[in-house]
Amino acid sequence: MTLLDSPPAVVAAGVDVFSAALRAQGADVHDVDWRPPPSADPADLAALALDRRRAAANRTAVERVMAAGSHLVDVRPARDVLGLPDRTLLHAGPPIGWADASGPLRGALVGACLFEGWASTAEEAERLLASGGVALDPCHHHSAVGPMAGVTSPSMWLWCLQDPVGGGRAHCNLNEGLGKVLRMGAFGEEVLDRLRWMRDVLGPVLQAAVRSMPEPLDVRAVLAQMLQMGDEGHNRNRAGSLMTLRELSPAVVAVDAPSSDVAAVLRFIGGNEHFFLNLGMPTAKLAMDAVGHVPGSTMVTVMSRNGTEFGIRTAGTGDRWFTGPANTPVGLYLGDFGPDDANPDIGDSAIMETYGVGGFCMAAAPAIVRFVGGSVPDALATTERMYQLTLAENPAMQVPVLGFRGAPTGIDVLAVARTGWLPQINTGMAGRVAGTGQVGAGLVQPPRECFDAALAALAREARAAA
Amino acid sequence: MTTTGVRHVSLRSGVYADSVRLMQVSRDVGARDGVTAVLVAMATPLNLELAAGMGLAPDGGASPDQLLVAVAAADDGALAGAVAAVDAALAARERATGPAQTVPLRTVGAGLDALDGDGPALAVISVPGPYAVAEATDAIAAGASVLVFSDGVPVEHEVALKRAAHDAGVLVMGPDCGTAIVSGLALGFANVVRRGPVGIVAASGTGAQQVSCLLDAAGVGVSHLIGVGGRDLSEAVGGLATLDALVLLDADPATERVLLVSKPPAPSVAARVAEAAGRLSVPVRSAALSPDSPDLTAAVEALLADLGVAVPEWPSRGATRPAARGAVLKGLYAGGTLADEAMLLAAPRLGDIRSNTPLRPELHLGTDLSAPGHLVVDLGDDALTVGRPHPMIDPTLRLEALTRIATSGEPAVLLLDVVLGHGADPDPAATLVPAIEAAGLPAVVALVGTEADPQGWSRQADALAAAGAAVHASNARATRHALDLLGAAR
Repeated sequence: MTLLDSPPAVVAAGVDVFSAALRAQGADVHDVDWRPPPSADPADLAALALDRRRAAANRTAVERVMAAGSHLVDVRPARDVLGLPDRTLLHAGPPIGWADASGPLRGALVGACLFEGWASTAEEAERLLASGGVALDPCHHHSAVGPMAGVTSPSMWLWCLQDPVGGGRAHCNLNEGLGKVLRMGAFGEEVLDRLRWMRDVLGPVLQAAVRSMPEPLDVRAVLAQMLQMGDEGHNRNRAGSLMTLRELSPAVVAVDAPSSDVAAVLRFIGGNEHFFLNLGMPTAKLAMDAVGHVPGSTMVTVMSRNGTEFGIRTAGTGDRWFTGPANTPVGLYLGDFGPDDANPDIGDSAIMETYGVGGFCMAAAPAIVRFVGGSVPDALATTERMYQLTLAENPAMQVPVLGFRGAPTGIDVLAVARTGWLPQINTGMAGRVAGTGQVGAGLVQPPRECFDAALAALAREARAAA
Repeated sequence: MTTTGVRHVSLRSGVYADSVRLMQVSRDVGARDGVTAVLVAMATPLNLELAAGMGLAPDGGASPDQLLVAVAAADDGALAGAVAAVDAALAARERATGPAQTVPLRTVGAGLDALDGDGPALAVISVPGPYAVAEATDAIAAGASVLVFSDGVPVEHEVALKRAAHDAGVLVMGPDCGTAIVSGLALGFANVVRRGPVGIVAASGTGAQQVSCLLDAAGVGVSHLIGVGGRDLSEAVGGLATLDALVLLDADPATERVLLVSKPPAPSVAARVAEAAGRLSVPVRSAALSPDSPDLTAAVEALLADLGVAVPEWPSRGATRPAARGAVLKGLYAGGTLADEAMLLAAPRLGDIRSNTPLRPELHLGTDLSAPGHLVVDLGDDALTVGRPHPMIDPTLRLEALTRIATSGEPAVLLLDVVLGHGADPDPAATLVPAIEAAGLPAVVALVGTEADPQGWSRQADALAAAGAAVHASNARATRHALDLLGAAR
């Protein structure tokens, strides 16, 4: 089929007088609602558009995301599995020090110091942290991800997931539940009690259970099923958590532990509808880590926030962070909390959107869109917009209401710049003041700055490679 | 906490709603006047704790399958209103489906994704020049051909796009030549011409319009008109699109002859194109303007001879007044190729002609576009169309120049082009007629178009003739007519 074989279908971008003339001739014309990109330098857009490496590099990146699987293979303390030395804490988002840390991150760091016994009071912990006596490093630097504050200490137990295709590993701590929890910045006695129980009972029981399973749990398959059941895998994990409970229960009850502990473990999992999130996140992390550094690719491989800054990484630029000030989510509040109580965006959980689920699969979980007073058509429209920001559709992650179309996957920095749209992220909201805990949940977008900076860096590399 | 007024705390069984929905109800009811605190939530331990924190804990036991409705308000009226609002919100049913929201397509790539046909796809791009390359790249990646209408596309973008298109087996038409007719579909500036055996490859928009309209006037149709861009035959671009277009037309069963139209090409590129044309099975005739080549009308006449078609009397209308003694030529053109053609024809008889696109660099006009003596201005030159519509759409620039000439007092013969067709001014005579009448100078118009054009050749010609202009379908004829007027006035 060449151009001259029959009258072409026309896609028109720009001056509408030409599409009007085509329409007057009875042509099949589709107008593009083109707008000048809001902030990107057109020379950078051109350099990337013309980068001869880009198409193949993005194809490679997409293939790697699609190929990656996720098997639950173990549960182990962070100290052992990550080789996490004493006096080291991991946190969500791009690198940050105590001085710039927001309330919930500070609260979680304080709580972790108390939990590890490095300090006996909150004040002592703050002094220790302020003096630099504890090393801080992003989870993302250690094949790990953590929801909200993401604070991971050596004694915490981690899910260990493995990509059966590429052999990669990713890790995430165990979900504590809702309300006053460490990841939301709370560090009261009930928080520490729960963490101790998770360390002493939950972790060991899960380890024994997971190690005894005849086949590893295929977590990617659970995530795929959730999308068919009304979850989007970030703010709604109900179906996923129940499926996980179903899959783990036979092995948990067979663990050689007091029946009261087994019951407590099952009750804890069953009572926590976000239990699956900490399995979904490392599943997404495995896929995005599988991409690695692909020179010429404009795909985003990490989106993450530390409560102060939002950071991204791209396949084309490898391990570099591009950051901007984190926005504050818009949404609904628990109890009598309100907008003034919410901290700016925090957590590694935007790895779900980076992988193409969460806010990108809003259409699969229309309940979520009500966080901002939207309706079902809004949910559909959100996912439709995300298709225009992404490089591919993931056939393993299907959205039933869109005719089982694959999830919009692989955020393209170039498409973000050209459309003027930003990725949609569904998220929890932590209290601004350390120790508060969760205040609500809602929707948020990254700051445009980090995408602009990534675009400029990718364009520089494209020019250098030309 | 905020519970100094009155309170309502109840537990309801057999009612369940999603937590998001309940948070929404809480928020909405909490926004009512006189309401100080609201918690509508399933009675989970966490929510009971929240309620206790707000001083709204239920008395006695509660279970997670019960719905807790807790409201604090300033007075009984506000409280009753709030509880009623909770009931109403819980009873309200969200509309199951709304009208499907249309998400706009922001990029050419998204537009092409949305196509569902299996025929050829084409992107027509007229976004600002620096942004055109990204949109065009989308099309090439999707296996679609492109017409780049945008002005101000850097030549290195053009070269990169045309190389990529060649590798992908698609065609990039333009930029700087917004004319094409593909399978009868007129794109950009193009005329309504009959379909027939002649394929046109044009590195010149108005040149392509001139030859296609003359062919139409002779009763000969066009298979396809491929506008390859005004710079395609330059050294920098090297004829990339011309070479691909020739191959496409050679393979097209509807094309029996090819006419290659251009402004003066780079000699090395012209040679490469001629060599490639010689290898095709379809005969190719060149209508490349240069001091020693035939004009476009002569090239069409030669092609008609090839086809065994008699050359008709080219359409014309009207007669203009005689020129004053010492009159000079003042050409005001919307079409760059037509301006070139006029200068090439006039220079041997008039000598030096000043222009913004001159035949020799030393004849370059200043930015005010005026100078005494012979003058031909290309009003469609890129430098003049930055940030404003092309003069084929917007007559302002030409009317200003016309007034300047008329008020200078210099005796002159006006030579103008008017280009009709899709995309052009819907009634150019409407603004030009009063200007010609007001100028009071002899005026000759090259009127490029067909009867089938939206503006209608005869309708426009009659109006211009009535204003006292001599009108010719052929630019070469119009130019010679103007030269004859100047000669007669010597």
